[in-house]
Amino acid sequence: MLDSKVPAGPLAQKWSNHKFNLKLVNPANKRKFTVIVVGTGLAGASAAASLAELGYNVITFCYQDSPRRAHSIAAQGGINAAKSYQNDGDSVFRLFYDTIKGGDYRSREANVYRLAEVSVNIIDQCVAQGVPFAREYGGLLDNRSFGGAQVSRTFYARGQTGQQLLLGAYSALNRQIKKGKVKSYTRHEMLDLVMIDGHAKGIVTRDLVSGKVETHAAHAVLMCTGGYGNVFFLSTNAMGCNVTAAWRAHKRGAYFANPCYTQIHPTCIPVTGDHQSKLTLMSESLRNDGRVWVPKTQEMAERLRKGEIKANDIKEDDRDYFLERKYPSFGNLVPRDVASRNAKEAVDDGRGVGKTGFAVFLDFKEAIGRLGEDAVRAKYGNLFDMYYQITDENPYKQPMRIYPAVHYTMGGVWVDYNLMTTIPGLYALGECNFSDHGANRLGASALMQGLADGYFVIPYTVGDYLAKLGSFAPVDHSHPAFEATRKEVEEKINKLLSLNGTQTVDDIHKKLGHIMWEYCGMARTAEGLQKAQGLIQELKKEFWTNVKVLGENEELNLSLEKAGRVADFLELGELMVVDALQRAESCGGHFRLESQTEEGEAKRNDEEFAYVSAWEYKGDNVPEELHKEDLVFENVQLTQRSYK
Amino acid sequence: MAQHMNLTLKVWRQKNDKDKGQFVTYQANDIADDMSFLEMLDIVNEELTRKGEDPVYFDHDCREGICGMCSLVINGRPHGPKEGTTTCQLHMRSFHDGQTIVIEPWRAAAFPVLKDLAVDRTAFDRIQQAGGYVNINTGGVPDANTIPIPKRIADEAFESATCIGCGACVAACKNASAMLFVSAKVSQFALLPQGQTERYERAQAMVDQMDAEGFGNCTNTGACEAECPVGIKLTNIARLNREYLTAKIFKQEEPHA
Repeated sequence: MLDSKVPAGPLAQKWSNHKFNLKLVNPANKRKFTVIVVGTGLAGASAAASLAELGYNVITFCYQDSPRRAHSIAAQGGINAAKSYQNDGDSVFRLFYDTIKGGDYRSREANVYRLAEVSVNIIDQCVAQGVPFAREYGGLLDNRSFGGAQVSRTFYARGQTGQQLLLGAYSALNRQIKKGKVKSYTRHEMLDLVMIDGHAKGIVTRDLVSGKVETHAAHAVLMCTGGYGNVFFLSTNAMGCNVTAAWRAHKRGAYFANPCYTQIHPTCIPVTGDHQSKLTLMSESLRNDGRVWVPKTQEMAERLRKGEIKANDIKEDDRDYFLERKYPSFGNLVPRDVASRNAKEAVDDGRGVGKTGFAVFLDFKEAIGRLGEDAVRAKYGNLFDMYYQITDENPYKQPMRIYPAVHYTMGGVWVDYNLMTTIPGLYALGECNFSDHGANRLGASALMQGLADGYFVIPYTVGDYLAKLGSFAPVDHSHPAFEATRKEVEEKINKLLSLNGTQTVDDIHKKLGHIMWEYCGMARTAEGLQKAQGLIQELKKEFWTNVKVLGENEELNLSLEKAGRVADFLELGELMVVDALQRAESCGGHFRLESQTEEGEAKRNDEEFAYVSAWEYKGDNVPEELHKEDLVFENVQLTQRSYK
Repeated sequence: MAQHMNLTLKVWRQKNDKDKGQFVTYQANDIADDMSFLEMLDIVNEELTRKGEDPVYFDHDCREGICGMCSLVINGRPHGPKEGTTTCQLHMRSFHDGQTIVIEPWRAAAFPVLKDLAVDRTAFDRIQQAGGYVNINTGGVPDANTIPIPKRIADEAFESATCIGCGACVAACKNASAMLFVSAKVSQFALLPQGQTERYERAQAMVDQMDAEGFGNCTNTGACEAECPVGIKLTNIARLNREYLTAKIFKQEEPHA
């Protein structure tokens, strides 16, 4: 049975009560415990620094050459917090409510409330670290509005909020490295979890430079390894983002929750061709002033695609500002899933623009007229520059072309209220876990969750587990489990290196991406998903018989790194499809064509599907077992989500 | 439609830090001008892989110009010919059909080559560890709006804080100096009220670490500023010099352990 360990009592008191009931580790005893943190993004860096400050010994790992390069750095728009500095009606409860509603009622009430509650502390913490947030002329912090909310609660640092927050957490981490409380390993990848008597007691890593496969022991392991969007090959994730750590832990017994919940972000630069390696997101904050439209008629769209006319030639009357038309109260600021789906609809209707037809316009003409070009430049200058750089089109003069792209994964490793997985001693934080965003994440909430988990949740909850271990003894690194797990990892590496087929790893990865995008992307059907499952199984066979992995283990080896990751993506991809198939309802980013309202909106089925699907690994090529955690809503009423 | 081009690449190949290394010539054919530079290298690598040859190792990650992982000296210029751009955001329209492109790693004693085009930049981390932070713990901090900061100051601190730590400044400098990198962090904190309490110790500790890592002296020629992909200004170095000098003159306490 899945036990979420959500504490009893009224919603607003749950976290305070829980903190009081958690066991503490005496300051003198904290230094007897070691905690491993895998990943150094917002969740990992903040957790590692905070635990080291408390006195624990911390070991961190990242695959990049520095902890500062984790992909949190690329987050642009901002971070939400219920500070209510703007006097516009915000509160902890409203942030909680917006997040639950935005997630289409598929997240856990208590977790989301706690997230909203600690959001205010995050801003204080970051400002104290010297994070240069945007400010008003009076010297106080500035806010802006973001999709899915009608208040201005988003704190930001131009279009580089993730960078500034991560550098803040990195600075806190550096301070602890200097003090000797954190040992940092860079260019290291976690390849397995070591279990002793059912508890997580360490990890196996590969040093990406020397190829050395090593083991590390600890009393607890925190996975802060981000999301799995790269299963689609093309996504807004960094090239190295992968599911390997989480997936290997899943195979050791950590349940994987809601894998089918994927966020397709509406404001990305459209795909141009097959050579493309990744997609570039532009902050959703652009929708504050940009207006989304396509031509009213297919004929006009066709002429645009052929280059016979330009966007600026199309008269106001011939434009369809479809978000403003369909959702007058939220307009262009509807949540991401709604915006993406509507863009797809317009394209499917033959009214897409750009050479490929897979794009809609995001137009700043009205904003430039209203505010002036300089004001628009001050707000979005770096995003406009980036767009110009990539497309060679000037967005001050002609509308941007945008199209949805895979951006974030709401699903992830199942965790209880303490962020512990189904493996005792193994935790998952940030995007790696599933807990806070339900079926759709609101903008500016990923940064909030990563830092909430790392700064303000895990420092309390990990202590409870360690205190209950009943011993302060160091983990026995000579235990045979370490060597046994290390050997398994080595065998897998050798198996990959022995493959000498005709396909490159990227060939297979691209094929997987096409299958996922086609059948498990913005619109899904039972028929398509069944087909996808078969295709992925075939592709998996092809990978293990016909892929080409070059070189040897004892060097920086690009093929080998990618091969291990793609092998895991293939398995995850199948589980995503299986999960999407069993969830025969639409909710948030999971849109089943069979389940929509008359107006074409996502239609939930709360009677049957108000649960978290948590999958248990049962062995290679054996169907995974579904466990259900029922979602209980005591504080919000489940309604059909409406942004009209 | 996209224009296509054929290129000759002279790429630095070096097996590891002990290998002497050499340039190897490759052809990159039918490259579209809307590809990024790294996508062009992806294509070269895919072809090498198909032929069973070791692909070229280069560092990269976000491919959005923000993580600072990508590097490459392209035709003698860090991050290539286009100003204010990282290699990952450089597109092939900056090149022309028939061109020869020379691709090298960052060259600096403090950045040893790991393989091919990837170098070890952990010296940058150690400089940050020497003092690039405010000494506060998680929790127990005042409400964010109790520290008002004039917009002008906040904006200036932000400009310094946008350094992505890629190391182009070092690669551009004939002395392989890290002054621009160090000065960006020192400036951010020197400008902000949060950074005041440890202002001078910080400057001293970070400069000492920079020297210990083997980075050279500032040449005052401004090559770093010219090549910085995110526009970190030379005025940061002027400020660093001021901070360091003040720390030396009014030597207070030793830097934090």
